[in-house]
Amino acid sequence: MDRREFVQTAGGAAAISTLKLKVPQADSSVRDLCMRGLSTAKSAGASYADIRVARTRSQSINTREQQITNLSDGETYGFGIRVLAQGAWGFAASRELTPAEIDRVAKLAVAQAHANRRALRRPVQLAPTPAVKDGRWRSPIETDPFEVSIEDKVALLLRANAEALKVEGARFVNSSLAFVRDQKTYASTDDIFTVQDVYRCFPQMNITAVDTSRGLFETRNSAEVAPMGLGWEWVLKSDLPGNAPRWAEEAVRKLTATPVEPGRYDLILEPHHLFLTIHESIAHPTELDRALGFEANYAGTSFLAPPEQVLGKVRYGPEFMNIQGDRSQPGSLSACGWDDDGVAPETYLIIKNGIVVDYQTTRDQVAWLTPLTGRKRSHGTSYAESWADVQFQRMPNVSLLPGERDLKVDELIAATDNGIYIVGRGSYSIDQQRYNFQFGGQVFYEVKGGKITGMLKDVAYQSRTPDFWNAMDMIGGKSSYLMNGTFTDGKGQPGQANAVSHGTPPARFKGINVINTGRDRG
Amino acid sequence: MAEFSGLSRAAARQLSERVLALSKAEGCQVNLNASANGNTRYARNEVTTAGDTDNATVTVTSRFGKRAASVGTNVLDEAGLVRAVETSERLAKLAPENPELMTLLPAQVYTEVPAFAPASAALDAVRRADAVRTAADESNRAGLTAAGLVHRIAGASAVANSAGLFGYHAATNTVHTLTVRSPDGKGSGWAGTAHNDWTRATPAAQLATRAVGKANGTRAATALEPGKYTVVLEPTAAGNLVSLLAFAMNARPADEGRSFFSKRGGGNRTGEKVVDERITISSDPQDADLLTSPFTGEGLPVGRTAWIENGVLKNLAYDRFWADKQGVKPTPFAGGYRLQGNGGGAGQSLEELIKGVERGLLVTRFWYIRAVDQRTLLYTGITRDGVFLIERGAVSRAVNNFRFNESPVTMLNNLVAVGKPERVSSAESGDVGGPAVVVPPLVVKDFSFTSVSEAV
Repeated sequence: MDRREFVQTAGGAAAISTLKLKVPQADSSVRDLCMRGLSTAKSAGASYADIRVARTRSQSINTREQQITNLSDGETYGFGIRVLAQGAWGFAASRELTPAEIDRVAKLAVAQAHANRRALRRPVQLAPTPAVKDGRWRSPIETDPFEVSIEDKVALLLRANAEALKVEGARFVNSSLAFVRDQKTYASTDDIFTVQDVYRCFPQMNITAVDTSRGLFETRNSAEVAPMGLGWEWVLKSDLPGNAPRWAEEAVRKLTATPVEPGRYDLILEPHHLFLTIHESIAHPTELDRALGFEANYAGTSFLAPPEQVLGKVRYGPEFMNIQGDRSQPGSLSACGWDDDGVAPETYLIIKNGIVVDYQTTRDQVAWLTPLTGRKRSHGTSYAESWADVQFQRMPNVSLLPGERDLKVDELIAATDNGIYIVGRGSYSIDQQRYNFQFGGQVFYEVKGGKITGMLKDVAYQSRTPDFWNAMDMIGGKSSYLMNGTFTDGKGQPGQANAVSHGTPPARFKGINVINTGRDRG
Repeated sequence: MAEFSGLSRAAARQLSERVLALSKAEGCQVNLNASANGNTRYARNEVTTAGDTDNATVTVTSRFGKRAASVGTNVLDEAGLVRAVETSERLAKLAPENPELMTLLPAQVYTEVPAFAPASAALDAVRRADAVRTAADESNRAGLTAAGLVHRIAGASAVANSAGLFGYHAATNTVHTLTVRSPDGKGSGWAGTAHNDWTRATPAAQLATRAVGKANGTRAATALEPGKYTVVLEPTAAGNLVSLLAFAMNARPADEGRSFFSKRGGGNRTGEKVVDERITISSDPQDADLLTSPFTGEGLPVGRTAWIENGVLKNLAYDRFWADKQGVKPTPFAGGYRLQGNGGGAGQSLEELIKGVERGLLVTRFWYIRAVDQRTLLYTGITRDGVFLIERGAVSRAVNNFRFNESPVTMLNNLVAVGKPERVSSAESGDVGGPAVVVPPLVVKDFSFTSVSEAV
């Protein structure tokens, strides 16, 4: 439904409640309600307050073979008020955006902060951030996916499924499209007011080949199709129908691929695989809240602790390894104009020339690092999944920057004598301090004497983060740099999802331990 | 039967009738969900953040013949409801036919499940902060640091349709989990509790004592090589792994040849012995320690189902379409399960099980568990927050953490002993999400640890 159509529908119906949905959210009455929430919180005793009013629209279409299995559309609308009172946080949220409810929730948040005071030892300190009078930001989409007809979406998926099923041996196929639009108004007592319109989309396929007589099955998913902060144009560019035959053929080939011989191999990891290894073994351990113990009960801590023994001291990888944090790469999932603290995010290096030089931070974390870094500003990594959740530190896009020489993956393969080339993300698991990990993939190729010599299966590699990254000896260049990402990265309690991208070139890792997951379980 | 004040039975009926009255579709289903979600987090022995959120959602599914679409909204005024109904009708007309769409269920009879505990609904910010302070103070006195979560959801769900069906279920769920670490980063211990009724959850002081004991106990952990070990799995650790099996018990992928439960040559393995004969896994919404919803999202009644009885696969879950196609009764999977040995609800305590082990490892919990191979239900993951060597029937020392590569099926075939079942917090997230799980501590031989994790 477009905006005009929506406004007509809403306006034409007999309202029985005081709730009025405001689109866009820069509407002056939404602004007034935000200011009212901040003012009520201040009057109730808050030293600081912020409010997020958000409308999130989502749509998902799922199919299998030649039929639709789910078509759903959803919206959630509401606001959350966060306050600081006597140095303690409080947060309350409601779906009813009325003046009376704004007042109730603002007071509830302050009362909660007072209750929390009884179990507080160290008052929260907020880093300063510049005022933003009227900030606007929108994802760089070309075509609003919510404006594209359902028929076109379903037809694209069923065409892709049909293409996959033409391949002999491909028995089942699932495909889906997911779209999200997050319209968010943010205001804080630090003179910040922003309105953002964020889009995300995720086209996916999964093809299963079955050999009933041998009781075997293998799957191949659309690992090379990334979720992105883009519109319908990304779905078209992803070309599920065009890629489906190749993915289906690979699913079938996996049935007869050679089981890998366990041992040490040089691994060539292409970007749609390596992004997940970066996510787990670099992006998560460089979250400051983990390093300080704030996430110890679920997401875990970090081996990069304490910060005073890490910053400028820990070598993570070779000299040519540079890791960037940003929320600005066009089309990336983490991109935004301001974070959920009202801070314009920075593009900065977390690892420079192989050495850890910084963490990911929010306004309430900066003071922990100031004595070490001299920095007084947040990097802008605060995020809440929805209006109903309190914001906290979430990773920005964390990317491995390309090497100086513009090497391509073929050149990495050609330089490898005894290796495995891994395509696409597979099984993944890492410990709570981000040391020991195990990753699978989608498709595995044996590399002998600089050439791909056949397909392997049941491959997973196990390593230890510092050993693994220090074993990186070749890296692709600018033209081989690609982004992939995760739509629903989990962290926090209660758990919240975050969408984030990771860019990387392909890279080679020397002598990594490979296990056979189909035979000896390592 | 207690009801949720944010969505009473009468209010649910009124709201769903209002939506059905707006519907112009050939068929319409309405799902309602309302909740009051309260949480308080802590770390470094102090409260960090907290939240209290009220929300309510209506999902309208409109049908025209075999075409259907769903629209969910939490904008519940007349305009919001009209918009949801009209949009779902518009989308449904555009959707291709779904040959698997089953007719709407007529009115059903549901058992009442007393899952709503007023004491849980009353777990407000002050009471949560008090629980936090109790746990944090205990940790602080021991010179350790605690991080944890006190979480409560009070809510109700309802389903109604244009064929006259209506169901209402109110429930509360609470959880308190905490991880206590030593300041030098060498020790870490976990404890957790979950129940619908906060008064039946383990008190904060008792939990903190357990986690503090483990944190202190692991400070001097020594190295041990990976390999195959006899393990004593605490109930939470057992629940972490048994859930992987319980949620794979789906008939359709088995019949399609892409599941562990597929039979070579076609069909599924119902009737075959799949695990040790002492194991029985069942679901029952009325189970006083499960208390799950008595109906599914489409209103199908959920009763007691034995999935595995004395080691034999008795049932797989069938949705209505697949059941119809295969000529069997639909068998929904409930929102939880109970695993017990042939002693039923009785059985040895964890301490008694440890006494019976000559050499083995005591595991507190597992983490970051991910599928490696669906053909064998092989999973990988990590131990955390307390692994202890058992020698001659007693814990002798703490050891390092391990990565495992193991299948819950293999594990339940390598069973040595089964203890007394209890309700656990077995979701890795440590919040109230996930199924209700009642499991005993288990002793299992030849458990496969494939590498060492130096993480603490």
